[in-house]
Amino acid sequence: MNKEELKVRIEELFPSSVFEEGTEWTTVVIDPAGWEGFARGLRGAEGLELDYLFCVTAIDWKTHFTMVYHLTSTVCRHTVVVKVKLDHDRPVIRTVSDIWRTAEFHEREAFDLFGVVFTDHPDLRRLFMTDEWKGWPLRKDYEDPVNMIKL
Amino acid sequence: MDVSTQNMDNKPFPGEVHPTAGGGILVTKLDEVINWARSNSLWPLVFGTSCCAIEMMSTAGAKYDWSRFGFEVARATPRQADVIIIAGTIVNKMAPVLKRLYDQMADPKYVIAMGACATSGGPFFYNTYSVVKGADHVIPVDVYVAGCPPRPEALLHALMTLQEKIRRGAS
Repeated sequence: MNKEELKVRIEELFPSSVFEEGTEWTTVVIDPAGWEGFARGLRGAEGLELDYLFCVTAIDWKTHFTMVYHLTSTVCRHTVVVKVKLDHDRPVIRTVSDIWRTAEFHEREAFDLFGVVFTDHPDLRRLFMTDEWKGWPLRKDYEDPVNMIKL
Repeated sequence: MDVSTQNMDNKPFPGEVHPTAGGGILVTKLDEVINWARSNSLWPLVFGTSCCAIEMMSTAGAKYDWSRFGFEVARATPRQADVIIIAGTIVNKMAPVLKRLYDQMADPKYVIAMGACATSGGPFFYNTYSVVKGADHVIPVDVYVAGCPPRPEALLHALMTLQEKIRRGAS
């Protein structure tokens, strides 16, 4: 499906969807509360079949976090991007590792570097940083006077 | 066969060969012969942590061919390597691994810090939580190479500088 067809199909399934304009891929912005149902819909719905989660990103905007999920379909060869806005003081979102298995490591990385908590994740612990590491290194307000030379 | 032609970069063999019937007599200093042998068969360790490793592989390849200077036998074990080329960024998690590899190498051993990261942390000097600001915080370095990454010619120059250093030093 092309960008417009995808938009129509997603609107059909989830009428309250908000789309971002001027993007390369169809981009949907949703609330964290509806994320699980939405994700299952994208994966299972006929015509969408987004069976491959190829990138999970977190962005620190200082006022809030944005989780960005890049999904593609190995059957239909189309791509959809989902953005979820999270609270800066309490960044919590449900895991999708049971829907796309690859999310298990991607979410561990986002937890490790941004401190985003994924509820119901089977194994949410540090991935790159050592187990005893304090803090979330990729956050904009991160300070480390021992290892970091500020410029 | 003339021994003096054996040295690849036109440094004469350190000593005099006097041919006699049934062989010959060699007059030289033991230190110099040892240094001559060591400097002409430096075996590098297979070690690369980022993009500098690509340039290092290119230096090993046919076009630049570091085997012309005696470096062809890259070893995958520190026990058989003479020189470690730190080709890439050393992060805090890699530092103990690098230290252990260096410790496992048999003496005499040499270290080349290849590129900006291994020299000083390079582009990761400021605002980075994970990078060691220079591999010389972990192990002693003999030769530093500038560049990001250095061209193969620069690495070859560093290797030949190391050979020169070995020839001049005490064995």
